[in-house]
Amino acid sequence: MPSRLAFVGVWLVLLALLGISMAVTLLELGPWHAALNMILAAASAVLVVWFDMHLRESSGILKLFATGTIIFLLIMFSFGLADWPTR
Amino acid sequence: MSDALPAVHEQFQAPGQQLEADRLGLWVFLASEAMLFGAVFFALTVYHLIHPAAMHAATSRLDLVTGVIGTAVLLTSSTTMALAVKAAREGRRTEALIVLVGTVLLGLAFEAIKVHDWFDEYDQGLYPPMGPPFPLPQPAARLYFHLYFVSTGLHAVHLAVGILLVAGVAASLLSNRMKLPERTVTVEMVGLYWQFVDIVWIFLFPTLYLVSR
Amino acid sequence: MTAEAKKAPPKSYIEDGHTLRSWFFSTDHKGIAVLYLVSITLFFFVGGAAATLIRLELLSPNGFILSNDAYNRLFTIHGVIMVWFFLIPSIPNTFGNFLIPIMIGAKDLAFPKLNLASWWIFVFAGCFVIAALLIGGVDTGWTFYAPFSTMFSNGYVIPAVVGVFISGFSTILTGLNFIVTVHRLRAPGMTWFRLPLFVWSIYATSLVMVLATPVLATTLLLIFAERVFGLGFFDPQLGGDPVLYQHMFWFYSHPAVYIMVLPAFAVMSELMTAFSKKHIFGYKVIAFSSLAIAGLGFLVWGHHMFVAGESVYVGLVFSVLSFTIAVPSAIKVFNWTATMRKGYVSFDAPMLFALGFIGLFVIGGLTGLFVAATGLDVHLTRTYFVIAHFHFIMVGGTVSCYFGALHFWWPKMTGRMYPEMPGRIVALLIFFGFMLTFMPQFILGWLGMPRRYHLYPPEFQVLNVLSSAGASILAVAYTAPLFYLAWSLFYGKRAGLNPWGAAGLEWMIPSPPPRENFETVPVVTWEAYPYPLEPQPVAKEDGR
Ligand code: HEM
Ligand SMILES: [Cu+2]
Repeated sequence: MPSRLAFVGVWLVLLALLGISMAVTLLELGPWHAALNMILAAASAVLVVWFDMHLRESSGILKLFATGTIIFLLIMFSFGLADWPTR
Repeated sequence: MSDALPAVHEQFQAPGQQLEADRLGLWVFLASEAMLFGAVFFALTVYHLIHPAAMHAATSRLDLVTGVIGTAVLLTSSTTMALAVKAAREGRRTEALIVLVGTVLLGLAFEAIKVHDWFDEYDQGLYPPMGPPFPLPQPAARLYFHLYFVSTGLHAVHLAVGILLVAGVAASLLSNRMKLPERTVTVEMVGLYWQFVDIVWIFLFPTLYLVSR
Repeated sequence: MTAEAKKAPPKSYIEDGHTLRSWFFSTDHKGIAVLYLVSITLFFFVGGAAATLIRLELLSPNGFILSNDAYNRLFTIHGVIMVWFFLIPSIPNTFGNFLIPIMIGAKDLAFPKLNLASWWIFVFAGCFVIAALLIGGVDTGWTFYAPFSTMFSNGYVIPAVVGVFISGFSTILTGLNFIVTVHRLRAPGMTWFRLPLFVWSIYATSLVMVLATPVLATTLLLIFAERVFGLGFFDPQLGGDPVLYQHMFWFYSHPAVYIMVLPAFAVMSELMTAFSKKHIFGYKVIAFSSLAIAGLGFLVWGHHMFVAGESVYVGLVFSVLSFTIAVPSAIKVFNWTATMRKGYVSFDAPMLFALGFIGLFVIGGLTGLFVAATGLDVHLTRTYFVIAHFHFIMVGGTVSCYFGALHFWWPKMTGRMYPEMPGRIVALLIFFGFMLTFMPQFILGWLGMPRRYHLYPPEFQVLNVLSSAGASILAVAYTAPLFYLAWSLFYGKRAGLNPWGAAGLEWMIPSPPPRENFETVPVVTWEAYPYPLEPQPVAKEDGR
């Protein structure tokens, strides 16, 4: 299990990502900022799952279920969202 | 696994087996919760996609400052919860208690900010079915706020459950009804739930506040 | 253990307590299975009564007993009850509950209290739906399509939606329980590839339950919020898209049809081996095709929306994927039939149900390909063709298997044999009654008779009367087991450990099983379906 300091480190990174996300939003990057915002959110979520939720030290089956869920969410989004732009 | 383990229920043969079952059960539950929120995100994303102008107008009415503060609060609470699990596993009762109480306070702070936001938005007429007249001309902006209230509401309800759970763990630690590290698993389970709810917000925040801004 | 004077055998789970409390609050998976059995049987007859009225009404082209509105309410309540309160819980929650711990050599599910809670949640949910029915019914159809359900329907949508919403938690918790149980509670030596295929298939079902049902919960929540709080989500006046509703609904509901049919596959593998006395043909292929179906089932939902305004390109993709999902289903059918080859096939009632399943499922599956073809579906959608398609699978297939399972494991659950001759007659009646009911509906749909109307042109009357005649046979055939099974509880022959000479841990313990299932944890050293069985020392316990 990581040391306390490591968790604090993760926390600082999370805050930094939030800061970057705000900067990206306020910089008026046009359509890019939406994608960047979501990527930054995904990165933060991965950090929380991997470290704070201890997935790193968990058994393979838990990792499998965590990734599996993401795959099913991606199915919902990719197939579902494909509908509107192609109508 | 740690030295002292809790009594085993009759359907299990070994404590390790029970612990692994509890963990898997919780992750499967979280998978289910993820799909529940996933569907909300799906609806939100569709409307972002097909009504960009209205979504931009609607998003701009939200208070970015309280949004960022709330997000930072939740990110912090995720860390305190992780520290609580670590302390529990290593048998440091007082430390666990402190970070758990900290987590509860952070959770309450977030809820307070959110309730403040809601009142604020209500006063601006942004709760379309009731209150002052809706200020935006685009009809689809109403769609946005309908989804905004449902998604933040659903998240807030989940967080409230989390607050009760964490407070419950803290209370039984305080009254010595719960022993550490024997009952680490309880802290761990509650922690996983808590951090999951945080992750929901990690995605809700950009989806609601940022992408269409 | 041989001639040694055995101590008093352990009490069976049925004798474990005689109070109501011991039934309603026992966390024993076998007792809970019986609770489900009784409650879904009640729902089956409520849903069946609605079906009877529907078929009665359709005897005449001009609707002679029901108003338009009453007709709408009948087919809605029929669909809601049959889908969520009978089919979805049917095989998993009764036989899955009863058998999974035993088949893997465990004493109970991983979370027995949660299991009991699931049943109570289920009953609580049922109360809402029954209340909706009693206070006046719902007229939206089981699909609750927006914006009709949210803005225009004057039926009791709220209680129905709340009931279905709550029942979803029962489904999710049951699925979760099964998943964890299969992962964590297998007996020593019970490797994944020694599991009976029943377990594999129910495991695949559980994955779908856990991942799809929450999406339905959200969808229903949105309907609820739109109706109660006036928060429009699908309101076209605001720019909302009703097709979004359909995406969300079918993202759940197509996988849900696999929640309904995978458990039937589970039963099939057990019946075909037990009555052919042969090892299953292609164990791993069947095991993995269950998982493949569960996964692919999430990729085809758009085939319900070809004419709903969905993009044609997306429709094309969904259509192609729908064709691919027929492959693992077909593989299974071939494997089951191949299992019979060179086996010692016997035709007891459960086997007749299983063979009936094959016939009806094949027809249902093949017509699935018809409606999955985008062009043909424009003609067939929203006609009786679709009705016949899914009834062939869900009723012809799953309900037949449910009855097959009921007969097959009845001796294990109750310790008594059912009377064989009535069982066989019912199996045959169900098959032929079913054909007579739904074959004419394919033709009706092909000719263009739309679903969900009770008025139709007079030239369709002959086929409709045939269909209703078949339905009356079905009504008799579905009710008869109630009587002879109840009779057998008191007068049936004692079953003994293994009346079928079948393989599987459940046939090595007493019937009915003791509360703890196994006196000592079994150690598994054999593959699944080790036919022909070696003569078991304890197996031949004379039927008396
Ligand atoms: C062989 C694979 C299958 C294919 C390719 C298939 C295809 C389809 C298609 C394309 C439709 C939509 C027809 C329309 O609305 O015009 C449909 C409807 C339906 N199918 Fe299947 N299906 C398959 C298997 C199943 C199974 C296994 C079940 C149930 C256990 C099932 C249950 C249903 C139901 C309930 C509907 C109608 C829902 C409604 O509109 O109310 N299908 N099927
Ligand atoms: Cu489908």
